[in-house]
Amino acid sequence: MSAIAFPAPDMSIIRRRPEILAGLAALVPAEALITAEDELRPYESDALTAFRKMPLAVVLPSTTEEVSAVLKFCSEAGVPVVPRGAGTSLVGGSTPQEDAVVIGVAKMSRILDIDYANRTARVQAGVTNLAITGAVQADGFFYAPDPSSQLACSIGGNIAMNSGGAHCLKYGVTTNNILGLKLVLLNGDVVEIGGDHLDMPGFDMLGLLIGSEGQLGIVTEATVRILRSAEGARPVLFGFPKPELAGEAVAAIIGAGIIPVAMEYMDKMAIAICEDFAKAGYPMDAEALLIIEVEGSEQEMDDQLVRIIEIAKRHGVTTVRESKSAMETAAIWKGRKSAFGATGKIADYICMDGTIPTGQLPHVLKRIDELVTHYGLRVANVFHAGDGNLHPLVLYDINDPVERQKAEDCGLDILRLCVEVGGCLTGEHGVGVEKRDLMTVQFNKADLDQQMRVRSVFDPAWLLNPAKVFPLEGRVAA
Amino acid sequence: MTLFTPTSETEAAQIVADLALTGKPVTIQGGATRAGFGRPIQTEATISTRAISGITLHEPAELVIAARGGTSVAEVEAVLAAKNQMLPFEPMDHRTLFGTSGEPTIGGVVAGNHSGPRRIQAGACRDSLIGVRLVNGRGEAIKSGGRVMKNVTGLDLAKLVTGSWGTLGLLTEVTFKVLPRPERSLTLLIKNLDDGRAVAALSAALGSPFEPTAAAHLPAGLGRPVARTILRLEGFSVSLEYRIAQFRALLASYGEIIVLEGEDSTGLWRGVRNVEFLAAPEDAAIWRISTAPTRAPGMVAGIAAAVPGARWFYDWGGGLVWLAVPPGGDAAATTVRAAVATAGGHATLVRAPREVRASIDVFQPLGALAAVTGGIKTSFDPGRIFEPGRMYAGV
Repeated sequence: MSAIAFPAPDMSIIRRRPEILAGLAALVPAEALITAEDELRPYESDALTAFRKMPLAVVLPSTTEEVSAVLKFCSEAGVPVVPRGAGTSLVGGSTPQEDAVVIGVAKMSRILDIDYANRTARVQAGVTNLAITGAVQADGFFYAPDPSSQLACSIGGNIAMNSGGAHCLKYGVTTNNILGLKLVLLNGDVVEIGGDHLDMPGFDMLGLLIGSEGQLGIVTEATVRILRSAEGARPVLFGFPKPELAGEAVAAIIGAGIIPVAMEYMDKMAIAICEDFAKAGYPMDAEALLIIEVEGSEQEMDDQLVRIIEIAKRHGVTTVRESKSAMETAAIWKGRKSAFGATGKIADYICMDGTIPTGQLPHVLKRIDELVTHYGLRVANVFHAGDGNLHPLVLYDINDPVERQKAEDCGLDILRLCVEVGGCLTGEHGVGVEKRDLMTVQFNKADLDQQMRVRSVFDPAWLLNPAKVFPLEGRVAA
Repeated sequence: MTLFTPTSETEAAQIVADLALTGKPVTIQGGATRAGFGRPIQTEATISTRAISGITLHEPAELVIAARGGTSVAEVEAVLAAKNQMLPFEPMDHRTLFGTSGEPTIGGVVAGNHSGPRRIQAGACRDSLIGVRLVNGRGEAIKSGGRVMKNVTGLDLAKLVTGSWGTLGLLTEVTFKVLPRPERSLTLLIKNLDDGRAVAALSAALGSPFEPTAAAHLPAGLGRPVARTILRLEGFSVSLEYRIAQFRALLASYGEIIVLEGEDSTGLWRGVRNVEFLAAPEDAAIWRISTAPTRAPGMVAGIAAAVPGARWFYDWGGGLVWLAVPPGGDAAATTVRAAVATAGGHATLVRAPREVRASIDVFQPLGALAAVTGGIKTSFDPGRIFEPGRMYAGV
């Protein structure tokens, strides 16, 4: 990834830094403007730490009006802007650049309104994903998309990346769970998109905005759907002696008309890493593990599990272990959701995020194995089996430049493989800088030009998060 | 009037490129079952999608189906049904409402983002749509999305073109995620509730853990003398027995629950989905209003007080109001627009005499999004040849 270029910083902007800082200082309170080098340091990267760039300044507005004023100022001054939520992007979605102002929405973290009768909540963009569920769970409700970083990541960032999670097999991803947005356009205009009703009139700007990676404007508020929680949920561990048997079981479960709320896959390496971390009772002798979660009343869960276990048995399952308590359930999910963090404790890794047609699973697992062997590396595979969203973690030593390059190359090869078998470059993390230069693998020129023309409607001068998503060569205007 | 009937995306792209060269406006036609929808427009040319047809992919174990734009909805549904699957969003069929014949196409469903009662639980057409291929107004064939369920690669143009009524491009292929058909489906009916109580009951049901897949209210006089508040339950039989009992307890204060099954149940939801209850008289103007459920009864009461002869029912737990009004004047547009402005949401004049649709906004006015909408139109169709003015003047 070290090979991925950033646009050369515009020195004329960097030379104007004093006047730009003075202009910003006139728009926001002193505590909302960060300019000192040591205080800028935490903002020089997001969770893709391989890229670090010191921005001109960081602004942390508290209101939509402040976001509007800062954006208007930057657009008039011709200064690039990098929007930032909680900075948990794994693809460099909020990596700054030297000639840009970072606008972070972290201070805008209030839940503004909860409406149980209409099953919606209005929240500010900086509120964390988990805080939304936290605000409504005592009343039996939750916000459905659950990325593994949900404790830290912001809803604004989720909207920018159209984040998913383990439970989207049943509940969908961010774009299926947002009804309205308050959006600040680059010129400072504030527009409402959608509301607290279903579907929006005119072109589906909600669909366009969600997943647009901070390139069309800055979202300051969202109206999200909240759902009533099921009466109960029970994850069950299924250990298989061969990866392809687990893959076949997934297909057979869906084929039988059962859509569990989650079906998560881990390979032997991932099982070992996560078990060591979470002590969840994962079967260490299995070559592949499925965590399948069912929901409903006790009787409904029993009924579904009988069906699922019978299918698993037909596919050679060797271990079946149901969660018997809330504590066990928490441990089982802790292990899965900590897969990235736990892996980080034993090695450096690159986390890939491609999606494949689930029928290609056995082929792709075999090819991934061949690829990492070819590069002389190791891989831990975790993925959302029901929807084909893979997260191979390619392990390497960050202090070994040769190995690091190999890991990067291997990761890119895995993503090319995903596209080759009919899938895509990113299932839920986004393109960011990491996959920007692979966009031409998935899209042809006409596809990309159409996307860029739409992008340019919102940002003709390419000031919003300009280093991301689209290859630097061949960019087009509206 | 020229009619083009391309048999492939390549042919369609060439036709569009030629039309773009001369700036000749064109209408895109599938089954023409919704031809009366939108602002009346006249174009010299029509492109029929009917020969760009056929299922291109169906992987039952992956819950995915793809079909060319001109494929009939009936064919898609039959192929899915053969594997015990279905389109999750239950697309509305407009033939009863418009008195049309012919076969609705799957491209037409996407062009209008047509979703039925299951929208509240399984999402709209746009939520099930995972990929499109289309020809833009420059005559270029482009794709967005793909055939996998989770895909955040680049801008989601598939959603953007869903519901754009052909103004952005000609859909040549659409790909959906699908769902297994439920083992059993039934309806819970409560009689005699007024609108406010009915929506309260529906909100209670939808806020419960027992997952109704549809929730509607038919006021007295729509097909039956008594008001009917209905919930649909779908799933495994054992589960439904349990849920019926839970709803009897949860909704006890609203009245007795009657369970309907078989055609009594499916016929009722077909009626809701296709707005059969308001189809006659055929000259009545029909509005479709989306708002927050709890604000819908008040909004409707205000409209009813100002518009004698108004009739209506609620789908989507109260959040979707279908309203029939006398067709004269502006078809109550002034009243409806004002009521929707107060309640929040949007209104579309789905059916009305041509002269009415020519003189007022058919779709919800865009307000602050007009400039961006125009820009997006230009980005797809710089010569403005596709369906010019069908949604909005100048788009």
